[in-house]
Amino acid sequence: MSTGPGLESLVNQTISIITNDGRIIVGTLRGFDQATNIILDESHERVYSTREGVQQLALGLYIIRGDNMYVWLLRSVVGELDEELDLVNDLSKIKAHPLKPVIH
Amino acid sequence: MLFFSYFKELVGKEVTVELKNDLAIRGTLHSVDQYLNIKLENIKVVDEGKYPHMLSVRNCFIRGSVVRYVQLPPDGVDVDILHDATRREARGS
Repeated sequence: MSTGPGLESLVNQTISIITNDGRIIVGTLRGFDQATNIILDESHERVYSTREGVQQLALGLYIIRGDNMYVWLLRSVVGELDEELDLVNDLSKIKAHPLKPVIH
Repeated sequence: MLFFSYFKELVGKEVTVELKNDLAIRGTLHSVDQYLNIKLENIKVVDEGKYPHMLSVRNCFIRGSVVRYVQLPPDGVDVDILHDATRREARGS
């Protein structure tokens, strides 16, 4: 009865991921598996800071590991980006603290 | 399996999921799976001023292992039924 996470509907959509060290990575979901490992195309990281507006760092094709015992491996909140909402928010004006890392 | 069944009963209700990185997300429970991964719809981040990181996200999938709390509507909980189910589960295992 172990169906994977219900991410089928999100394949080829633009999604945003919060990793367990508190980074936000935005990209196109190409694939996933039962352990929530993810393939992300055209990805970029959005860096939030309290001093400057949001920075976007281009990353290209990424595999993000879903499950692990090591601190550097990643777990996530995956959200489908609403394109309209995303255009409306002017990223250069948003200032915020970066997200905290996940502590188990 | 008990909480998996319990959350399946709560699909469609509004819940607030608090994560282990202190982020709290309110939304309608769309689905849950055996790992207690949660899908929420029409989400609103609690304290949006502090966490603008998800402004453009409407629905989300939350990995079960990063959830700290799931805050439930008080009328969504039938305590007696939950009591019985836990007693049965405790006897069975």
